[in-house]
Amino acid sequence: MKPLRYILDRLEPYFAKGNKLEKLYPVYEVIDTFFYTPGGTAEEPCHVRDAIDFKRMMSAVLVALIPCVVMAMYNTGLQANTAMAEMGISEVPGWRGMVLSWTGVGCDASNVWADLLHGALYFVPIYIVCMVVGILWEMLFAVVRNHEINEGFFVTGLLFPLTLPATIPLWQVAVGITFGVVLGKEVFGGTGRNFLNPALTARAFLFFAYPAQISGDAVWTAVDGFSGATALGVAAGGGMAAVTEQLSWLQAFVGTMQGSMGETSTAACLIGAVLLLLFGVASWRIMASMLIGAMALAGLFFAAGSTTNPMFTMPPHWHLVLGGFAFGLVFMATDPVSASMTNLGQYIYGGLIGAMVILVRVVNPAFPEGTMLAILFGNVFAPLIDYYVVRANIKRRALRHA
Amino acid sequence: MLEHYLNILLKSIFIENFALAFFLGMCTYLAVSKRVETSTGLGIAVIVVQTITVPINNLIYNYILKEGALGWLGLENLDLTFLALISFIGVIAAMVQILEMTLDKYFPALYNALGIFLPLITVNCAILGGSLFMVERDYNLPESVIFGLGSGIGWAIAIMALAAIRERMRYCLVPDGLKGLGITFITVGLIALAFMCFSGIQL
Repeated sequence: MKPLRYILDRLEPYFAKGNKLEKLYPVYEVIDTFFYTPGGTAEEPCHVRDAIDFKRMMSAVLVALIPCVVMAMYNTGLQANTAMAEMGISEVPGWRGMVLSWTGVGCDASNVWADLLHGALYFVPIYIVCMVVGILWEMLFAVVRNHEINEGFFVTGLLFPLTLPATIPLWQVAVGITFGVVLGKEVFGGTGRNFLNPALTARAFLFFAYPAQISGDAVWTAVDGFSGATALGVAAGGGMAAVTEQLSWLQAFVGTMQGSMGETSTAACLIGAVLLLLFGVASWRIMASMLIGAMALAGLFFAAGSTTNPMFTMPPHWHLVLGGFAFGLVFMATDPVSASMTNLGQYIYGGLIGAMVILVRVVNPAFPEGTMLAILFGNVFAPLIDYYVVRANIKRRALRHA
Repeated sequence: MLEHYLNILLKSIFIENFALAFFLGMCTYLAVSKRVETSTGLGIAVIVVQTITVPINNLIYNYILKEGALGWLGLENLDLTFLALISFIGVIAAMVQILEMTLDKYFPALYNALGIFLPLITVNCAILGGSLFMVERDYNLPESVIFGLGSGIGWAIAIMALAAIRERMRYCLVPDGLKGLGITFITVGLIALAFMCFSGIQL
């Protein structure tokens, strides 16, 4: 690692104030602090000493996302290969087919490596587009507005592709991440100052702007002409009986079903949740209260029953493993920037989101995959919840010391 | 029956939120949302005015203005609906005046905080919109009470959420060109995006 430090130190003068590349200092800074913990300390009071700074915190989230990424690639490939076998297709069209035949693993759904590779051929291009476009915007803002580039984007840039279907056109990925990064985050001054989760903003924007490519039955499996609804879509149409016909609870838990790439596997999200809690990055209060809120409302709906709405027949433990619930619970709702900051506020915020997820899912026939929107809704009210929690606290203390 | 009223209430609060789905009452919504305290006060004022004016206008419309409403006077063919707009505004202005005097007398702090915006409720299109929607949807008296209450609550929570976000935004580094109203418009757009999770719910 010494030579790297040496190169970075040699380069630094070029980027220092008053020199040629002064404008590009944020680019240098982000590379430097990515490899080495910055040595600078705060100059003003209110200095918290902690081994984990913002960059390491974001890296922790990236590590926790690894199981989801692996499952995303595996499941995307598995669904595609299974669908191809069903439809009797053996050749993948286009450049993906060339890569697949070149490596020689084929399209056998029972071969884990074939699934992983096939899925990666869908996930990686989306990821690359998302990162390149996002980082371009991030750099542009950092250079023009003279602030640092934050690792926050690496998390956004990984969360966003995981919430997309495999067949999404790449230009839409670019448009979506542009909206999320620029309007969701950078106009407010960058990471830490946004009030909505940028990945969710991007997802919601695509969802409303191009519904044909992000919802419906044909988008989830990366095979032309194959149509398969997500489990929630099936349930909205035919009730619980239709779901259990093609899917067992365990299968849904592991995540080998139709859905957005990274959202299907509750198991992978669970591993991520354990990691996030061990690292101390995510708030267990939000996770717990969101779980309780969702279970309570789902149980209520299940107990109440309905003659007209088939979604009422879904038992609470099924709600957990379908759609984006687990992914949203672990990675989206716990985003420390857009969530409530106060302890009591986090309980309320989590409970609100949990209830909203189930409400949108069950009552709104238009968006059975409404987890992401419910979390955005929670984001909007997080500052208000905090305000009143803080107010109540001030009032209580004032009374105590009056 | 109860379910019917509950539907109207939920629909007017969330699905057809006046501020975020119809973008009504935008001027006050943008101008008085700098502080949560003030906007809570304004929100409550809107709820009160809305809950009173919509049913009163409902009575006026159904028993005076509607075609044939004055039949008991022997005026079966009289159609006064062209007076609806002006009489609605009159009722709203009178209600706001009464509310203003009440606040001035009993809650001077809130009265001072609301300042010019209390009289402005008179011309707040959310208030007039509530009465006009009531006519268009043919609500009866109890329905219009619920509708007035719900649309007021919906507008109030929308402005309170915006105010809390704007208070937090003091720590933001907004580009110079967007400071003030510019960033507020973007914020409102994003909030409306989040509220779109309700669109499509059939009650």
